Amino acid sequence: MIPSLFDPVTAVLLIPICSAALLAALPGYRLTARLNVVASLATFLAALSLFVVERPSPGSYVLIDDLNIVFIVLNTFVGFTTSIFSASYIAHELETGRLTSAYLRFYHAMYQIMMFGMNLAFVSNNIGLMWVAVELATLTTVLMVGIYRTHAALEAAWKYFILGSVGIALALFGTILIYMAARPVMGEGHDGMVWTLLVERAANFDAALLNVAFVFLFLGYGTKVGLAPLHAWLPDAHAEGPTPISAVLSGLLLNVALYALLRFKILVAANPASIAPGPLMVTVGLVSLIFAAFMLYRRRDIKRLFAYSSIEHMGIIVFAFGMGGPLANFAGLLHMVMHSLTKSAIFYAVGHISQIKGTQRISRIRGLTVTHPALGWGLVVGVVAIAGLPPLGIFMSEFLVVSSTFARQPLLAIALVFGLLLAFGALTLRLTSVAFGEPRGSTAPADASYIPMFAHLALVLGAGIYLPAPLVAWFQHVAQLLG
Amino acid sequence: MHSLAFDVSHTLAGGLVLISLMMLYQDRLYSLLNVFALHALVLSLSVAWQAFIQDAPHLYVTAVIALVFKAIIIPVALHRIIKQLGIHRDIESAVGIGPTMLAGMGLVALSLVLMLRVTGDADPLAREDLAFALSVVLLGLLVMVTRRNAVSQVVGFMSLENGLVLAATGAKGMPLVVEISVAFSILIAFIVIGIFLFRIRERFDSVDVSALDDFRGERR
Repeated sequence: MIPSLFDPVTAVLLIPICSAALLAALPGYRLTARLNVVASLATFLAALSLFVVERPSPGSYVLIDDLNIVFIVLNTFVGFTTSIFSASYIAHELETGRLTSAYLRFYHAMYQIMMFGMNLAFVSNNIGLMWVAVELATLTTVLMVGIYRTHAALEAAWKYFILGSVGIALALFGTILIYMAARPVMGEGHDGMVWTLLVERAANFDAALLNVAFVFLFLGYGTKVGLAPLHAWLPDAHAEGPTPISAVLSGLLLNVALYALLRFKILVAANPASIAPGPLMVTVGLVSLIFAAFMLYRRRDIKRLFAYSSIEHMGIIVFAFGMGGPLANFAGLLHMVMHSLTKSAIFYAVGHISQIKGTQRISRIRGLTVTHPALGWGLVVGVVAIAGLPPLGIFMSEFLVVSSTFARQPLLAIALVFGLLLAFGALTLRLTSVAFGEPRGSTAPADASYIPMFAHLALVLGAGIYLPAPLVAWFQHVAQLLG
Repeated sequence: MHSLAFDVSHTLAGGLVLISLMMLYQDRLYSLLNVFALHALVLSLSVAWQAFIQDAPHLYVTAVIALVFKAIIIPVALHRIIKQLGIHRDIESAVGIGPTMLAGMGLVALSLVLMLRVTGDADPLAREDLAFALSVVLLGLLVMVTRRNAVSQVVGFMSLENGLVLAATGAKGMPLVVEISVAFSILIAFIVIGIFLFRIRERFDSVDVSALDDFRGERR
């Protein structure tokens, strides 16, 4: 451990917010797009340095522990690769006139504010601050989703705003209830909002109040995770916004909400008298998985298809954490990381494809591997990965979820496998029609940045074949932390 | 018997629930906005009273924010938007007034039963505040689901946030972070809403959300 010459936590927060101010002021898209990449890279490097620099001890606002380091690094990494993709994607949008340069300035500033919000949610040790951060990230993405100002984009943004705000309001009510439950033990003031202190003394809290609080938090943050009965905003928001935003929504924002939920799960589980959060999470996760798997069959819009696939995978992850125990938690963590990497890679491919073809309709896209081999095969690998085939990373994590479930609850495992197979069938069906066969639509050459997509896919493939021992040890430790 | 402090805060919180119920049967946009302004006014009184009895000066800030932003600026701004758009005549509600009122009463009963049961140990003032706050939150949700007009959905959402402020101030000694954040979020939310209303207007010449429904779901 190197004694801290600079403070990586401050850097992770300050770089995005300062660059947001800068990007809002600077004209010219080429410069701002590059600056966006540079800022994201700097944030990523600062996040990486968390591994080597001495950690700050948990304060009343900031906490860095083994759990959130994983998420911060993943978040900033995908944020960085998406900014590269975004630069080439947005250039094309400017050419076709879907966006003007004034909107681009706004877009880049919002992108950095969103990254700030997500990083703040990860590092915050204060449940109130965490709520503020999630709310900030939500509001920025609402504005981004509506940026095209078409009918569909406005509808999507409005729906997202209404459902997202209601969810976040319920989460705030849950947060207040947690404070109320803690007050008799912790006393008044700041201590009652500090997560590490709350967990230490959660055993003495009023269990009934804690139960009600968890239900509100689960509903509230669950809306943002996109769990089944509350998912309605997700497909629209993913399909209508700019594709880089779909990539970060699917890959990152869902993780942020889930991370908040995990923190509260640990808190509630620390009280022996309260309800076990597990069964609730298992049920909702399973419902999301099976529901989304059925919905996959009827999609005609390619971005909507992968939005439903995100609901499916969030279902699997919530199911895994609901099962609990070292193995299932390990699988859930691995699945979160793998899903983020794969899903954003898929959206990179889909973004370029829909730009070339000028449509998002699946029936108008054919034979991609013939006309655009790099994009087509990239998409094939991505979909094979997301469908859970070996030897890619998601196969590993899904296999672990299924096998740990079989060991403990064979009946649930049957339902889980049913959902997985259903989704697998739908994805292969769509993939074969899009990637193979007689080419259809425009065959113009792609002006695309392939590096982010292939970097992600290489990581997913690498993780599927060989997981380095230190990484496994780290994840096992975190899995234990999750209980 | 109860002290004066208890009685006054009980009255104010109960008044908020009553005004929330009043929102349910307003069938004109202007009157809905007026009721909302009253809601915000009572909220700021309630918060100021809490600041006084808890001896927590920072809550006065919250009260002033509620008074200035929610009781004056936002209703006035929404009034002007409605006037400009020429949509002041009526509200298209998706559900009739009778069933809505019944549902509203049911929600109040539900939140009282739930909150009073689980907060047995807390002091009576805090637990009643919490029960009333949950009622206001749920009634705000009900306003949102029973209206099809974007402006009235926004009003429903803001009355929901008023309920959250009531809960946060009722929780004694809760740090300032939350109050600021609530006020802040409302401010941002309002900017968002403003932008959206104008965009919707620009595109559809109407702020009826059902115009948006034509584009629901899949592209065909």
